[in-house]
Amino acid sequence: MTLPDGWEMVVGLEVHTELLTRSKLFCGCANHFGSEPNTNICPVCLGLPGSLPVLNREAVDFAMRIGMALHCTIAPSTFHRKNYFYPDQSKDYQISQYDLPINSGGYLDLPDASRVAIERAHMEEDTGKSTHLGGSGRLAGADSSLVDYNRCGVPLVEIVSGPDIRSSAQARLYAAELRGILIATGASDGRLEEGSMRFDANVSVRRPGAPFGTRCEIKNLNSLRSLQRAIDYEALRQIELIDGGGVVRQETRHWDENRGETSTLRVKEDADDYRYFRDPDLVDLAPDQAWQDRVRAALAPMPAARRAAVVALLAAPSEAQLDAVEVVIDLGLERYVHGVAAAGGDAALAVARVANELAADVDHVANLPVDAFVSTLAMEQRGELSATQAKTVLGEVLRHGGDPRAIAAARGFEQLSSDTLGATVATLIASNPDEWSRYRDGDDKLAQFFIGQVMKLTRGQANGKAVIAELQARR
Amino acid sequence: MKSATQIAADVRSGTSSATAELERTLTVIEQRNAELNVFLYVDVEGARAAAAQIDARVARGEDVGPLAGVPIALKDNLCQVGVPTTCSSKILDGWRPPYNATVIERLLDAGAVAVGKTNLDEFAMGSSTENSAFGPTRNPLDPSRVPGGSSGGSAAAVAADMTAVSLGSDTGGSIRQPAALCGLVGVKPTYGLVSRYGLIAFASSLDQIGPFAKTVADAALVLEVLAGHDARDSTSLPEPAPRLVAHVNDGVAGRRIGLVRELFDGADESVVASVRAAADALRAAGAEVVEVSIPELALTLSAYYLIAPAEASSNLARFDGVRYGLRVSAEDVTAMMEATRTAGFGAEVKRRIMLGTYALSAGYYDAYYGQALKVRTLTIDAFARAYQRVDLLLGATTPSVAFALGAKTADPMTMYLNDVFTIPTNLAGDPALSVPFGTGEAGLPVGVQLLGPGRSEARLFAAARVLEIADGRP
Repeated sequence: MTLPDGWEMVVGLEVHTELLTRSKLFCGCANHFGSEPNTNICPVCLGLPGSLPVLNREAVDFAMRIGMALHCTIAPSTFHRKNYFYPDQSKDYQISQYDLPINSGGYLDLPDASRVAIERAHMEEDTGKSTHLGGSGRLAGADSSLVDYNRCGVPLVEIVSGPDIRSSAQARLYAAELRGILIATGASDGRLEEGSMRFDANVSVRRPGAPFGTRCEIKNLNSLRSLQRAIDYEALRQIELIDGGGVVRQETRHWDENRGETSTLRVKEDADDYRYFRDPDLVDLAPDQAWQDRVRAALAPMPAARRAAVVALLAAPSEAQLDAVEVVIDLGLERYVHGVAAAGGDAALAVARVANELAADVDHVANLPVDAFVSTLAMEQRGELSATQAKTVLGEVLRHGGDPRAIAAARGFEQLSSDTLGATVATLIASNPDEWSRYRDGDDKLAQFFIGQVMKLTRGQANGKAVIAELQARR
Repeated sequence: MKSATQIAADVRSGTSSATAELERTLTVIEQRNAELNVFLYVDVEGARAAAAQIDARVARGEDVGPLAGVPIALKDNLCQVGVPTTCSSKILDGWRPPYNATVIERLLDAGAVAVGKTNLDEFAMGSSTENSAFGPTRNPLDPSRVPGGSSGGSAAAVAADMTAVSLGSDTGGSIRQPAALCGLVGVKPTYGLVSRYGLIAFASSLDQIGPFAKTVADAALVLEVLAGHDARDSTSLPEPAPRLVAHVNDGVAGRRIGLVRELFDGADESVVASVRAAADALRAAGAEVVEVSIPELALTLSAYYLIAPAEASSNLARFDGVRYGLRVSAEDVTAMMEATRTAGFGAEVKRRIMLGTYALSAGYYDAYYGQALKVRTLTIDAFARAYQRVDLLLGATTPSVAFALGAKTADPMTMYLNDVFTIPTNLAGDPALSVPFGTGEAGLPVGVQLLGPGRSEARLFAAARVLEIADGRP
């Protein structure tokens, strides 16, 4: 979407991600999504009187990995209390980092070559989950409410970008790239549908070059699509408001996915005063150099570097090929592409097969060793397997494992390339004399006709290149 | 009344039994609790079972620990599994903790028998135990007077010979002040020496658990059991527990002790006289006593009454009727929380929540809470400078002896001034104790206060023992 002429949007994103720690941020309870309500709880995360928090070192590891991947400075930090009353918050305050976050001052480079500043990436605890029965399904007006504290105390990192994003597409790209980074660090599973990543967008509009306009914050966007739509809606709303002589009020807004619009949640004047202060139950966090070095050494390569390594294997990649590379990187399956390239095979073909066949059955890639993939593609390149046959073999290995050559042999794929194919081509020439004579006179387009016929007769088991070779041998 | 040290020795040797000691305690409670209102809950069955178990273990020849069979009273802001824990507040009505405070685990491991829970000012906010939702506790030495507070019940339990020792908590003087008013030894340890896990927080950065006892040796014995690192409290000191009992009779020869003008100025004449007499006694035992002034201490009362309420306003937020304790039904969740807190908290608790909320509010934080933190830093530095010149400091614990019930309830500020001498150490995080020395008005006991740098408890006990002997309790 483009904004009306003479307008520019300014967007900053706050991304919350749950960390894949074994236990919660301040207690030993399991950090697990989907358990029976109120089963992963203890006196600490339930905020029982007298209980005290103890910081989980694994959460600090993950937070530092995220900071390092985002080129942040890691500094001594503190924990504060953010005070507000809400039933799903067991202590009626949230432990969060405030003026001294563990990570600050980084950046994220996007695939479109733009750079977005990372102001901070700090640690905090998640709240429980309320279910409101009756009324509108929200707290106000509900007949009764149920609270599940399993999520209460789950570690989060909140990543705050600078106001550097200028379009909803760029916001989406940022969110997607960040998701890839979080997955690569091992800190997050990136599962938006389970709420393990959530987005808040700060949106304002201005004339290019003018000072920043008044911003509105859209809370709790749960998918890349909602993020993009909500930002577009909000920017247009603000432009129409200003064009109509109105003024944008600083406020928090709610995105209604079904109606496709934002609405006021609360205005700035009504904003809670969170009365932040240092949590006296916790001590300062200052990971020493050795701890930081250990974390840095264990950091896996990030999507940008991995993407570049795959793209470097492709000659003048098309837009579609770049999209396929994105799928490969997103699924973390580039080892197959590198395996094929190392064996002297066709990297572009490998990218295509991974982005389609492997992506379609990604839960079973453990059944497919890299060398099995490499040998399947080598057979395809040598013409021993057609594209369709190669896909069939890959699908079979993914489902059940096994040796690709044996599977091809068992299905009778290999014979087709020699005797059977020659006989089939000879039969077709005999039964299509007109097409054959036009082909012999130099009309190469007729090759496609014969290939199509061969495919029909062999139920797609022939190799197109091999058919052409047979035709040319008889021309 | 036998000391805890004697009870443990008798139980270990078989001269007495945990059951016999407990029954004696239960008898005294039976005789005096109705009048004094010391215990909110006596765990007769649990205590009898625990005592029987200890006796069985002694019979089997096991070492049951340094507090073998010693009945102990617990301030009712300490969590004990299955035992009602109220903080003397209606808001915790019916709550029984599913876990033990670390200090209770350690006492039980050392062979002590937990007898029951004692009265306190609601959420430990007060200096007379009159702010209890369950009525005031009376001073066993003169039931028309207060025992002090907030740990007034735990002090009275020992003063009334119900138990030889008890636990309190001290945020601004809540162990030392009642110890002084009841004629007991009361110790506020170094911040972090004793785990706070399971202590229902008033002001987390100031709270410490400590013992009441009739003798210095008993106080050292109990603190030695309580002290030491606890992984469940992030503010717990990492070092192993210090040896205390072994140093009780080390004396003060060669020690430099500072008599702090700001820690007795304005106190009653009899209190000042006791402090000066204590200085003489320490001198006589070989210490060098010098008069010092720490002007920064004049700022500490104001700073304390911003920091402690600020933390309390947050600590007490969780009492909202959602998960445990009192719930007053209302039309929606927000109204329910409001109705519950309105009905559940007493006036002093509400006052401090409001003070603290205000001190932390946007636009006021810098002027109040922020300013108080600066005073706290000044206090820490001032004490540190003083301890470069002297080993210990000496002053009064309270401005007066025990006062009459109702005498100071009309004006909160009058009550707050009771803590003027005890608050500075809490802000600094340093240890201090109160030990009886001499008497004042109506023959009531006076407490003098000994203060030291972090982890100097052994030194404090040695000096307190010198005063104990000089005061006629060899």
